[in-house]
Amino acid sequence: MVFLLRRLGFYVIAFWACITLNFFLPRLMPGDPVSRMFSQVQSQMRPDQVDALRRLFGLDDRPLWEQYIAYIGKIFRGDMGISLSRFPSPVSEVIGSQIGWTLLLGGTSLIIAVILGNFLGILAAWRRGKFLDSVFPPLLIFVGSFPYFWLAMAALYLFGITLGWLPLSHAFSTGLSPSFSLKYINDVAAHLILPALTIVLVSIGGWMLGMRNTMIATTAEDYITMARAKGLRPARIMFQYAARNAMLPSVTSFGMSLGFVVGGALLTETVFAYPGIGYQLLTSVQALDYPLTQGIFLTITAAVLAANFLVDIIYVRLDPRVRVS
Amino acid sequence: MSLTDSTPTATTTAVNPTVQVPEPPVRGRVAHGGFVHGILTNKKALFGLAILVVFALLALLAPLLAPGNPSDFGPEASLAPSGNHLLGTTSKGQDVLALTLWGSRSSLTVGFTVGIAATFIGCLVGIASAYFGKAIDEVLSLLTNIFLLIPGLPLLVVLAAFLPPGPATVVIVLVITGWAGSARVLRSQALSLRSKDFVAAAVVTGEKAWRIMFREILPNMASIVMSTLLGCVIYGIGAQAGLEFLGLGDTGSVSWGTNLYWANNDGALMTGDWWVLLPSGVAIAVVAFALAMINYAVDEITNPRLRVEKKG
Repeated sequence: MVFLLRRLGFYVIAFWACITLNFFLPRLMPGDPVSRMFSQVQSQMRPDQVDALRRLFGLDDRPLWEQYIAYIGKIFRGDMGISLSRFPSPVSEVIGSQIGWTLLLGGTSLIIAVILGNFLGILAAWRRGKFLDSVFPPLLIFVGSFPYFWLAMAALYLFGITLGWLPLSHAFSTGLSPSFSLKYINDVAAHLILPALTIVLVSIGGWMLGMRNTMIATTAEDYITMARAKGLRPARIMFQYAARNAMLPSVTSFGMSLGFVVGGALLTETVFAYPGIGYQLLTSVQALDYPLTQGIFLTITAAVLAANFLVDIIYVRLDPRVRVS
Repeated sequence: MSLTDSTPTATTTAVNPTVQVPEPPVRGRVAHGGFVHGILTNKKALFGLAILVVFALLALLAPLLAPGNPSDFGPEASLAPSGNHLLGTTSKGQDVLALTLWGSRSSLTVGFTVGIAATFIGCLVGIASAYFGKAIDEVLSLLTNIFLLIPGLPLLVVLAAFLPPGPATVVIVLVITGWAGSARVLRSQALSLRSKDFVAAAVVTGEKAWRIMFREILPNMASIVMSTLLGCVIYGIGAQAGLEFLGLGDTGSVSWGTNLYWANNDGALMTGDWWVLLPSGVAIAVVAFALAMINYAVDEITNPRLRVEKKG
């Protein structure tokens, strides 16, 4: 319990740091990004909306600390201002309409990469120096060396343009409206394959190597020798004895890698014009839509922090040592 | 991604904090020559070093190999690789080989600058954290963990969006997002050295804090620093490419990232000009792979457990 409270405190501080960063960035930047932004939208807004925006970006005369407190209050009420590029939708609405796609893409590829990568790692460590152990790690390091977006483009070119097997961009075909029909779900899945595949390809190597290395340390333990001496089936030793204990670091990295997946999704979404918040983040930057940029950044951070807290709770369940100390 | 998280490119074993950190070699027992010898007799390390040297030479010799400004438009547009243009031309008539050669200058410079700067900050924070302990450790660890947890690429995008564009911005932004991973690894290593006798002896003899940190502790964790540096350089090169591919870097310069940005912008994929996209991406991958190989070798040399037992 103390452990969880400490972690929770840490996440609150981390989130506060992000809000503070968000608050000060537009105020301390050299040049004037905010007036650049205003010059393009002022004509289409009502005066009170312009006023609200001015306040959001510190273009009012109140003292800094007063602005700061007001800003934090607004964030916690979920009010992140109005999107400029998708005027007049509020930022929260724009994010809400797109976060689902990122969760679908990131979640699917993360789960596949984690399960497959850990499984390969377990097998590689179990058969040290055999085919799987000698061929896969260097191969996966090599594949992982390619930039995310480049692999995405290569996959797009190969399977989308040249072979024409899979759709090139977007999350579903134009003309199709979201529904729970089989046709729509199939269409979404077909659009998901390429982006998810590239994320899995790039990230799987890290999981495999991490698992392999802890697994090698675990298999050297005495209780494994004991299990062998008792004559247990190899599969039982491998999964229930060795892998089970080697799993803990992987659980920790699962939390850490969430941020990585969101980042990777940003590049992948850009290449495939996938309508997630990563792609939206980039378009908002290009459109000088600062409220939306900041809103998306805060949302992503909050999501990653929350997910990490969940991982901590699971960790307490898995590792009794944390509960005792 | 690389970027990005955990440290975005923490796919190599050495940067992965979950890997068991080898016992630090105690001074005297493993001489410095042992490590250099290990590197020079390790196949993976030699392979990686050779690739790096080739790329460094090509970058240095770019003005001789491909004279003139590589981004000048030419009359021969969208040509497939041939004798005249070994790697073909872009839709604007630029020679792809020249772009790739010149691009290596910016990519390698930024990558290594970011790597060195991030490792330096990581060393400073990590060792200070381990050496002073108590409140300083709490604060520095908190800071490190916050930076580790904030998703790297989105932070990169937000920072790049607000800072004025230019090469310095790219470096600064990449260092800000990249140092935390190395600080964490170096702290845990420094922590185990902190409790060693020779550090206690140095404290008792009244040596200055910075001297103990950088003359006593740092040399004893050289191999970890080395693999952190390699990891940071990989991160730097990959993240720069990612940033510039998104059009948030220094689009006026020629680097592997901007090459890919322009290729994508000019629709090289749709028109089927695959040769425009191939070289820069492969160059990034090969350099990153070479660095990862050296990293792998450093790991093997310093952590005997990971070495494959020799038969017989």
